[in-house]
Amino acid sequence: MSGAIETTDVLVVGSGPGGSIPAYRLAAAGAKVVVLERGPWLATEEFTHDLRIDTYTRIVDYITANGVSVVAGNCVGGSSVVYFAGALRTPSFVFNRRDTAGHRIWPKSMSRSALDPWYDLVEHTLPVAQQSWDDVPFAGGVWAAACHNAGHTCNPVPVAVDLAKCTNCNWMLNGCRFGAKRSMLLNYLPAARAHGADIRALHEVQTIGPATTSGYRYQVTYTNVDGSDYRVTTGGGVIEAKVVVLAAGAMATPAILQRSAPLLGKVPTAAGRYFSPNGDRVSMALLDEKKLHHVLGLQRKPGVAYEAFPIGKPIGSMTYDFLDHRRSAGSRYGLQQIYFPTITNILPESHAHGEWFGPAKKHLTDQWRSWLTVLAMVEDGNEGVFGTPPPTGAFTRIDAAAGLSSLSYRPTRATRKAWAESDASIRKIIEKDGVGKHLGWTATPNTLTAHPLSSCRIGDHAATSACTPDHQLRGHDGLFVTDGSSVPTSLCVNPSLTIAALAERASRHVVKAAAKAGIKVHTGKTPPPGRGSLGRAPG
Amino acid sequence: MALTRRQVLWLAAIGSAGVPAAAYAKTPAAHARPRTGSGTPLGTTSDPPTMTLEAWADTLIPGRKRYADDYAIAGAARGAGAVQAGAVDFMQFGPTGVSESLPAFVTALSAEATSYASSHRLMLDPTLPPFVALRYHDRKTLVASLTEQTSGDQQLLWFAFSGLVFLAYHTAGHLHTAHAVRSGHPGLKALGFPKPDADDLWRFPHFSYRRKLAHRHPKTTRTGQPA
Repeated sequence: MSGAIETTDVLVVGSGPGGSIPAYRLAAAGAKVVVLERGPWLATEEFTHDLRIDTYTRIVDYITANGVSVVAGNCVGGSSVVYFAGALRTPSFVFNRRDTAGHRIWPKSMSRSALDPWYDLVEHTLPVAQQSWDDVPFAGGVWAAACHNAGHTCNPVPVAVDLAKCTNCNWMLNGCRFGAKRSMLLNYLPAARAHGADIRALHEVQTIGPATTSGYRYQVTYTNVDGSDYRVTTGGGVIEAKVVVLAAGAMATPAILQRSAPLLGKVPTAAGRYFSPNGDRVSMALLDEKKLHHVLGLQRKPGVAYEAFPIGKPIGSMTYDFLDHRRSAGSRYGLQQIYFPTITNILPESHAHGEWFGPAKKHLTDQWRSWLTVLAMVEDGNEGVFGTPPPTGAFTRIDAAAGLSSLSYRPTRATRKAWAESDASIRKIIEKDGVGKHLGWTATPNTLTAHPLSSCRIGDHAATSACTPDHQLRGHDGLFVTDGSSVPTSLCVNPSLTIAALAERASRHVVKAAAKAGIKVHTGKTPPPGRGSLGRAPG
Repeated sequence: MALTRRQVLWLAAIGSAGVPAAAYAKTPAAHARPRTGSGTPLGTTSDPPTMTLEAWADTLIPGRKRYADDYAIAGAARGAGAVQAGAVDFMQFGPTGVSESLPAFVTALSAEATSYASSHRLMLDPTLPPFVALRYHDRKTLVASLTEQTSGDQQLLWFAFSGLVFLAYHTAGHLHTAHAVRSGHPGLKALGFPKPDADDLWRFPHFSYRRKLAHRHPKTTRTGQPA
């Protein structure tokens, strides 16, 4: 650590959608922006099609907590690099959700129509593509046909994918080797960099406290992470900023704030509470190839109806039928066809409440190409609570890609009931006319999610929301939270587009705060970023 | 945060969903034993710790015996199982990050097998490691008990070591996937894992039924979104 303290106008913590978008907006408005990202910086050609254990684990963290396990990105671009690119707007009824005390959870000023202009902006910028039926892979086609057979509608899912470039390889967890998935690496981050933002990989922020340099408000400390072993620290430093945007992800943001409490004076009690795994619940089905042909009329090639589980984009189709405001709370959920890599193959059970290992499971495995997995996203109860943060980092990193979090998640009876209802709905669709057999996918003590949310959420009530509706941490002017942790509830759809839309909306407030802090920025509209490639990390 | 030894073992091994808890080490692959998995010559037996690991793997994903007096593999299923898929090689693969924990795991499993035999009044062959000496039905009952009737860290530990076996069979996690598929890795072959193109990348030009298969929701927005 050098003696002089580095300064910048705006410091952004994290480079996923919640960090990249404010980084671009602030840089484009004229602010000096530094982005600190915990993970490594990989270029398109460095992403692999490989399940060898030392490949994809470079950019994905698997974090185990008490009652829940979380998959999250760990690289420049954050989870946008490893996500499955489903780009859905949150249904209107979600914004009106109330907690068990009857209080509205989302800010009163927030609704679907209020957020729609920001969704428009993000959809245009990424951009999001509408899949036609010609673009929906076989697995999505099977789910659509099964829904239709059971009397339900089913839609192709909008995706943040360049459909012309996509090879339908189904390796999205490893990052996109073909530059087709519209991660932050291809839009907001290169645009932020073009406007002078300084993006630094392998920098893990540890604390936020008061600045010592006149004219600056916050001092941020970080450690340098060894790119070959993330458990090793190679140094550290301090940066002081007038405005800080915290977007380290829903698993990391609360840890940074909790650790910083002695420095900041007081951190809202809601920081680190109300965590939601987005109500995620996976089911699976073993399909009957003959019935697929005779009942649903499907044929992939002569004599073969399906046998195509590993082919295509991971998310193809989804029924919106249960996203109906007229249904009772707990009975509203999205049911989406999705593919998971074989690293999760321990989870399916050989029958409804059956075995996850042994001869019957092996027999099930032999029919892997006839599997179908369906993700239900239900209304959960924000039951997660973070405990004492570790001395450094977001969790205790045991290995490069694995960590133990202080988070505790105990789903309420209402959440479990919602999962049971969504299971029953899937079963009804899949088992109609014997098209398939619905199977459990629960051979684990923990709930599994790739959609961590709400651990530092926005809201109108100080007791239940750490941030104000404009994403400012309560009691701390110029300190904003713009990642998935700011989302108030589970969304019943994949959350990435909503996180991005909220970050776009929040950026307007951050720019205003920057002006108030004396930074020379223009508060008018900045143009949407152009598209390009971020390329390799400097140096 | 204080970590129990079991938590460390567990996390160093694998997460509860079968997603790797692996580091990528700087050291090359540590293939300590050249004669495991599909490479085991006919008529040979492994050392007791290896036999115990093989029996654990075979209980989870069973397969055919490699040779007549193969005691580690119970022969509970046809075709190659986790042992032939390289489960022990994967456990000993440096980046998997658990090789140093294997002796403790074998000791714990042996103790559980001995206890199981005692409580079920079973006489074990003293020339075999205790878990190997159990019949398949008893191995399976014991594994179910360890993974489903324990709780907390203890449960996750057993579940984690189960995950290693699944990663070996279902991902060939100690091998580059393109090579594993081309060389007929037993697990990927059983799955029907697709073959890559010549450049070790996967592409599926034919990926869709290319026809309308359901009606869209009537309230779908102009951009394909739910209302």
